[in-house]
Amino acid sequence: MSAADASVLQRPNDRLWRRRAVNRGMEILAWTAAALAVALLGLLVWSVAKRGASALNLDLITKSQATNEFALHPPPQGLANAFIGTFIIVGIATAMALPFGILVAIYVNEFAPKAIKNFLSPSLDILNGIPAIVIGIFVFGLIVVGHGQSGIAGAFALAILMLPLVARATIEVLALVPDSLREASLGLGVPRWRTTIGIVLPQTIGGILTGTVLAVARVAGETAPLLFTTSIVGTAINTNPTQALQSVPVAIFELSESPTPADHSRAWAAALVLLLFILVTSLTARWFATRSRQKIRRASR
Amino acid sequence: MSKVKGEEAVSASSTIETAVRVETKRQPLPPRERLEEIFDIRDVDAIYGSKAALKGVTMEVYKNLVTAIIGPSGCGKSTFIRCLNRMNDLVPGFRQTGQIRFHGVDICGKNVDPVAVRRTIGMVFQRPNPFPKSIFDNVAWGLKVLGMKDNLSDRVERALMQAALWDEVKDRLKASGLSLSGGQQQRLCIARAIAVEPDVVLMDEPASALDPIATQAIEQLLHELKDQYSFVIVTHNMQQAARVADMTAFFSISRGAEGERWGELVEYDATEKIFTAPSDKRTEDYVTGRFG
Repeated sequence: MSAADASVLQRPNDRLWRRRAVNRGMEILAWTAAALAVALLGLLVWSVAKRGASALNLDLITKSQATNEFALHPPPQGLANAFIGTFIIVGIATAMALPFGILVAIYVNEFAPKAIKNFLSPSLDILNGIPAIVIGIFVFGLIVVGHGQSGIAGAFALAILMLPLVARATIEVLALVPDSLREASLGLGVPRWRTTIGIVLPQTIGGILTGTVLAVARVAGETAPLLFTTSIVGTAINTNPTQALQSVPVAIFELSESPTPADHSRAWAAALVLLLFILVTSLTARWFATRSRQKIRRASR
Repeated sequence: MSKVKGEEAVSASSTIETAVRVETKRQPLPPRERLEEIFDIRDVDAIYGSKAALKGVTMEVYKNLVTAIIGPSGCGKSTFIRCLNRMNDLVPGFRQTGQIRFHGVDICGKNVDPVAVRRTIGMVFQRPNPFPKSIFDNVAWGLKVLGMKDNLSDRVERALMQAALWDEVKDRLKASGLSLSGGQQQRLCIARAIAVEPDVVLMDEPASALDPIATQAIEQLLHELKDQYSFVIVTHNMQQAARVADMTAFFSISRGAEGERWGELVEYDATEKIFTAPSDKRTEDYVTGRFG
């Protein structure tokens, strides 16, 4: 009986060959897809770097856009006004979205009844999926019409984009905090809100920071909402957010439409700086994320 | 109320062979009328969603005694002890019927603040759960939040001494509570619980994750602290109940006609009586190791 069974294992089987071929084929297909995705990223960075590197110098971030382009010896040109503008706009957007997003997350994860939670979570996802240009139009109608363009209007539009990202990231880390810690505090007779602020939130700071940095990286390159809200600008450095501020993505967009080749290469250089900024912040955020997760895990062991 | 028959029941104990050797530093129970009742539990059902976890629990808990809750897994011991300080409020879908009176006040009453209940009736959990803060802050945080800020370091020191942890940590109060061993962490949690001066300390299997030496340290603690506090301790370790408890309640699982299971209180009496002369066959089977 057992001998007969064993021979079955070795019997030539034409299906076996086919199965192996399919297996190998799918494996190669999946590997290629993964490799292509990475190659795409590499290609993108490389092509931006190749075109932008020539115009990449200190002047780009220290000098403002030219005032006299028709001079015999035009002064060195940079995009300092755009970098400063982006810094201010994104800074204000973060200041708006961060506390708001954290509060939303605390409500969803710590206090909301299940029914409301089941409604709020997908709402955040939908908000996250709204096209940036729609948010641009929305803020245009809300603030710009009547008050004119301003850095604050642009920041408000970016804050709407950041809110679901920050809230989502915060909900995720809040959910990682073990209930045993909450119970420990509540068991002492500490009210729920004190427990949340004193015990739960400190555990999540790393994760919130990660989410915020990722959100900053995401919105720093947004163009559409800024076109509506803060794009009609001069070439001088401006730090007043109640006026329209130049920003890097809008500057890239405008320079790319310029007839001057020098402008094109400056657009590429600015794109390269933006890209590097996003790469660096994203990688830092990932590193933060793993670290803070490990910390929470250690605490919950 | 009449479940405690006191001394005469113990002296009349039969000669059941118990698997558990009752050896204890317990004082004999004072006469029934001198015991002060703190919890009066009447006909409590605990329900998760539509599933009853406990049915018809009626018992009293007395001041300055250690009351042990024993029984097989799934008999609702933990559910029961968590009812005593409204810890189950936090569980979605939990409902409770019947009445739990603490010094005469219904703790589930309309005007009762669950935060105040937990403040008066502290809890130590099965797994040590120190805050990810320093040893000092683990004890001090609750004190600060609850407004007991006077003589903060004295209070912390006293609590750590009462929890028999002071000598081991006095030189490293700034170290993380998580750097301690499991047994030390649990004693830190006990220190944290008694620092805020509750009336009662509930302990949900406080030694189940600990080694025998750490367990011994915690049992020693109960003996030393019961003059100041009352303890209710859930344990699945019968020897532990026999060693530390003055009163023991035995919970068991009942099965309904349609296969539904719920926990119920089978017998509640002086520990001596439960382990030497139980009046219920199920208790006898359990304490002699025939099931559970």
